[in-house]
Amino acid sequence: MKIAIRAGRLVDPANEVDRQADLFIADGKVVGVGRMPEGFAAEREIDATGQVVCPGLVDLQARLREPGEEHKADIASETRAAARAGITTLCCPPDTRPVIDTPAVVELIHRRAESSGLARVFTLGALTRGLAGKQLSEMQALRQAGCLGLSNALEPVADTLVMRRALEYAAGLGMTVFLFAEDPWLRGQGCAHEGAVSTRMGLPGIPEIAETIAVARDLALVEQTGVRAHFCQLSTRKAVRKLARARHDGLPVSASVAAHQLHLTDMDLGEYNVMAHVRPPLRSQRDRDGLREGLREGVIDAICSDHQPQDADAKLGPFSATEPGISALETLLPLTLRLVRDGVLSLSQAIARLTVEPARILGLEYGDLAVGRPADVCVFDPEALWTLRAEELVSRGKNTPFVDWDLEGRVSYTLLGGRIVYQAAR
Amino acid sequence: MSYRHNMQLTPERKLRHFLSIEGLPRALLMEILDTAETFAQVGERAMKKVPLLRGKTIVNLFFEDSTRTRTTFELAAKRLSADVLNLNVKTSATSKGESLLDTLRNLEAMQSDMFVVRHQQSGAAHFIARHAAPHVSVINAGDGCHAHPTQAMLDMFTIRRHFGQFAQLTVAIVGDILHSRVARSQIHALTTLGTNEVRVIAPKTLIPKDIEQLGVHVYHDLDEGLREVDVVIMLRLQKERMSGAFLPSENEYYAAYGLTQARAARLKPEAIVMHPGPINRGVEIASSVADGERSVILEQVTHGIAVRMAVMSLCMGSHHATQEAEA
Repeated sequence: MKIAIRAGRLVDPANEVDRQADLFIADGKVVGVGRMPEGFAAEREIDATGQVVCPGLVDLQARLREPGEEHKADIASETRAAARAGITTLCCPPDTRPVIDTPAVVELIHRRAESSGLARVFTLGALTRGLAGKQLSEMQALRQAGCLGLSNALEPVADTLVMRRALEYAAGLGMTVFLFAEDPWLRGQGCAHEGAVSTRMGLPGIPEIAETIAVARDLALVEQTGVRAHFCQLSTRKAVRKLARARHDGLPVSASVAAHQLHLTDMDLGEYNVMAHVRPPLRSQRDRDGLREGLREGVIDAICSDHQPQDADAKLGPFSATEPGISALETLLPLTLRLVRDGVLSLSQAIARLTVEPARILGLEYGDLAVGRPADVCVFDPEALWTLRAEELVSRGKNTPFVDWDLEGRVSYTLLGGRIVYQAAR
Repeated sequence: MSYRHNMQLTPERKLRHFLSIEGLPRALLMEILDTAETFAQVGERAMKKVPLLRGKTIVNLFFEDSTRTRTTFELAAKRLSADVLNLNVKTSATSKGESLLDTLRNLEAMQSDMFVVRHQQSGAAHFIARHAAPHVSVINAGDGCHAHPTQAMLDMFTIRRHFGQFAQLTVAIVGDILHSRVARSQIHALTTLGTNEVRVIAPKTLIPKDIEQLGVHVYHDLDEGLREVDVVIMLRLQKERMSGAFLPSENEYYAAYGLTQARAARLKPEAIVMHPGPINRGVEIASSVADGERSVILEQVTHGIAVRMAVMSLCMGSHHATQEAEA
């Protein structure tokens, strides 16, 4: 199908484009930017006047809950939510059930995603077998099956020797390792940022140092092994500063942050608001400002959703007994656009952190609308104001602390490989 | 004021639930103490019962072991003429996989009017209050490390009986502040009632982060911290704190933080010694001090009944008056 997206503000940071331009699409690819190719006859015209046209979003970290936790969500339901949110590429961490430590699980996920056909779904393979932190996974086999990198998800590799060897082995294969930095002993039974709020609420705290110690250890191992590493979901200002120094020293590291960490703090725990129970925990205002600063400086390359859909029961209980996580696909774009309003990023920088930067980290060609690239496109109205209602989320997970927030930015079209996979109701 | 949104209060700012001292206005705490005073006199009569809660059903819902707190709640409810149901959930439904909420729904179906809840997780009482039927009041009898508001109020009652005021007092809370719901509630109660100075005294491993923001002074040296205090509150030290690497040994703890006879002797002449119980004799306090003339530990237990009667009657009174007015 030949599609022309007319008169939108085309924001394509990969090619330093930010101007009003038409976009021409044929055979699933971009065939013209600004200028219509000769002989192009659009079968479908999209009027994007007053709207932003950008690459489809690339989400570095989203749990789709399949296989194993289909009572929470599945690939079909969550890719539908992704399409509504303008997200065209998703990367799943390996903590499915069973864990992504065999090619069979990778193939299952790919097959389900293909049959739903609403988003590109990629996987990270387990860094250690069963995520147990003891034995290396079959990394070559996982790579051949299509895993874009390796991760131990939220499970620790506490044994430094195992970690060293895992990173060495991955480095030898040229694979990127995605690290979640949290010292398991310092975290203990913690479920909230250790500080005045956790003290007042009597909740076991997770100290800032649980993250900074782990970042320091892992940076030393990265330096020693030469592996390409990505730090996921940073939550503290101090970890960002450590990373800034490491990058300055030339280490091959990148970092991302979950969108909610840029807006919420531990004060949002209120009277035991279980929807604000996340891991890593919401931290202090100083930490939040430190994350924003890291984002502005480019120390943090990408913003991810850290989507974790939960069923109602998972969030029904006393705070520490509930499962952490936010159903976050559908707030990724509006929360990022809020950073533009708050003066943290320009629109083009914000889009870059949702598209070309995460694509680069994953080694993918998406997030880029140059001629010849796959036509994964998100068209959104940056000024459309809407109020979030949990029951209106497309995701099966209705768990979000952003209920009743007035959000700006609403997706009107999502194109995946030149196909319209979402179109807002008029 | 912000307490308009406090879920513990009715729109008229009367007590609806009693979950935490935090956020409750001073006048309300005074009302609890004054009401308890009238009930304390009931306790001294031969006929100890009053018919205030006749026909009401109160469920003691205990997910954690307790003897003293549960029995004083039971006595308080009985003296108010309520029907009382004791449920030790640890050995009942939830061990069969029933969720907290299912247990709650079943009890509501039995037309209960009030839940007295103890649970090992912080925020459990808030959770139950949020999900309970509109006619039910919830009283927190201890949730995790968060709050134990009736204990704090009976301590305030005891202090007021001895000193008649709070504004001139220096109060020291000694021991495992980190894990203590009692200490947190006492701190909120003392600061709300305008206590001159509140101190917490413990090794650094047992002081929670940023506790100063609750309005207390932190001491790590017991002798320094006890100087010029009017009230010493000793907290129970759980034996498992040794294995958690919080402390080296009981002996070292007692030497550094135990209220010994010698330390007690150095207190101001009119100073009192309190303990929420149960006491670990020779771990945090010397037997001779616990049983000595400064000790008001048994008074605390007696006052517990009057204070719990006050809280129960205030919750039921205001809340049910509201319900009937709406009906």
